[in-house]
Amino acid sequence: MSSIAPEGSTGVAAPFAAAAAVPAVPRIKGLWREIKANRMSYLFLAPFLILFFTFTVLPVILSIVLSFTYFNMLNFPRWVGWENYLRLFLKDEVFLIAVKNTLFFALVTGPVSYILCFLFAWLINELKPWIRAILTLLFYAPSISGTAAVVWIFIFSGDSYGYLNAILLYLGVITQPIQWLVDTTWMWPVVIVVSLWMSLGVSFLVFIAGLQGIDDYYFEAAALDGVKNRWQELWFVTLPMMKNYLMFGAIMSITGSFMAASNIQMLTGPTPTDWHTWTIMQHLNDYGSVRFEMGYACAIAVVLFFGMLAAQRGVQSLLRKLG
Amino acid sequence: MKIQICRKRLSRSTGGDMVILTMLAAGAAFSALPLVFVISSAFKPMNELFLFPPQFLVRNPTLKNFSDLLILMGKSWVPISRYLLNSVIIVLLGLAGNIIFGSLAAYVLSKHKFPGKKLVNDMILLSLMFASPVVAIPNYLTLSYLGFINTYWGVIVPTWGSTLGLYLMRNFMDTMIPDTYLEAARLDGATELQIFWKVAMPLVKPAWLTMLILAFQHLWGVTGDNVLYAEQLKPLPYALRQIAAGGIGRAGVTYAVALVMMTVPIVVFVVNQTKVVQTMATSGID
Repeated sequence: MSSIAPEGSTGVAAPFAAAAAVPAVPRIKGLWREIKANRMSYLFLAPFLILFFTFTVLPVILSIVLSFTYFNMLNFPRWVGWENYLRLFLKDEVFLIAVKNTLFFALVTGPVSYILCFLFAWLINELKPWIRAILTLLFYAPSISGTAAVVWIFIFSGDSYGYLNAILLYLGVITQPIQWLVDTTWMWPVVIVVSLWMSLGVSFLVFIAGLQGIDDYYFEAAALDGVKNRWQELWFVTLPMMKNYLMFGAIMSITGSFMAASNIQMLTGPTPTDWHTWTIMQHLNDYGSVRFEMGYACAIAVVLFFGMLAAQRGVQSLLRKLG
Repeated sequence: MKIQICRKRLSRSTGGDMVILTMLAAGAAFSALPLVFVISSAFKPMNELFLFPPQFLVRNPTLKNFSDLLILMGKSWVPISRYLLNSVIIVLLGLAGNIIFGSLAAYVLSKHKFPGKKLVNDMILLSLMFASPVVAIPNYLTLSYLGFINTYWGVIVPTWGSTLGLYLMRNFMDTMIPDTYLEAARLDGATELQIFWKVAMPLVKPAWLTMLILAFQHLWGVTGDNVLYAEQLKPLPYALRQIAAGGIGRAGVTYAVALVMMTVPIVVFVVNQTKVVQTMATSGID
């Protein structure tokens, strides 16, 4: 889908592309002319762009610089070169555990939460408006109810009074209460279940809104063209129409699963058994806001960023094959 | 319960519909767990809150937690209405700036062609992948340099530059706005601002309604801990958190607070979602 140039700029874009061959002065002149011709676009963009640079781009660049320093938030940062990065990969054993855990967590919850978001949005979409509104609210409830996630601590409480233990003991499935949040056999399953429960968030809403935007006309046309059941319809009509939103959802799943920290920490505590559920983001928070080693925390953020970037590129090429 | 499928499509089987409805009901029940828990706990008398073995649902519902909350709110040093006013100011200004600036930028980044467009689009995508805790300190310094510390602006202005909503908007504009519509409006002599407001924005109503709910949720939860120092500037969630933090004796009040904090976004969400549905039901596209 090609976008349309605003008034006055039509025809200017082509000479710009060819400008690489001509000497430097006319090229700069051409660029300037083009910028002037598009001043309306820049005017629209300006308020956001100024804020974006001030509160996002600038701090991110500063963090990248800080990742090469020792900075304890009291003294002025001291340049240490690659030391933070060397320490991360060569000396910090807990970090390496965190990398392994984060990759495991992201590989499991990322795709599953993504598929769940789409599946439920797709199924809900065909219901009557009022049922759809109620179901959307119920599915989105974990994201909207804030502190209510605490209920999981009561459910998975390790003594015989925890809801799950009490039920299982009553039914005779177990004879001893299980330490759900401390026993390494159970920590990951519990964390993953709770994370999936919380995962119907932004992507879910975006999928619902996106599905609402597909005109019925396409489905009728497809049915006349021989699409027989909902699965064919999904593959031939819905998914191609949803391509943009699917990419958006993928980004959300990647950032959500790579940056998971607070909910995991809520369940298994600030020092999980054998660092069994310790993630990169928890490591970052630990150095950033507990140990006040900001330079080191910034280095972790940079490594995490490249990890997510690689994942995003992978998923993008995968989604492109969808058609 | 008799449930009909809204848009009866040609390619559906009744058996499949039933299987899907059962699946949805099970998923919804699982998801609704915390809602049920908080609502039920807010009406529990003290002895039921600490009952062993714990009870999930309330047996003798009482309104005492709420009356306690009202008494505690009445006793606060800064009147509770002031906290509420602060929250309203922060939410309204935050939402307005976030949606207006974000949509304007999204429109240009989706539908115009100009030097630097790809660069900005790429930077927005990349910025979503940078862990936010490490940018907190530079942001504090910036806010203090601008003189925004201890003012509403310190909370409001950074949310105006948030990228998530803009990225969402741009995706919807790419898909939902046919270029021919914009071209037709241009031929009719409409200015870009008119096209943006009268053609583009109505077409992506589901998008900005979704953006609105996300921004609302964020702004409603803002406590302004590291920016707002004066007690009379602090928002409602801060005041309620202080009340809830009063120790074990306030366990019941804590659940009442959680219910109050939850109810507002839920009401906004429900109203918002019915609007999303309405747009498409009346189909403003054709």
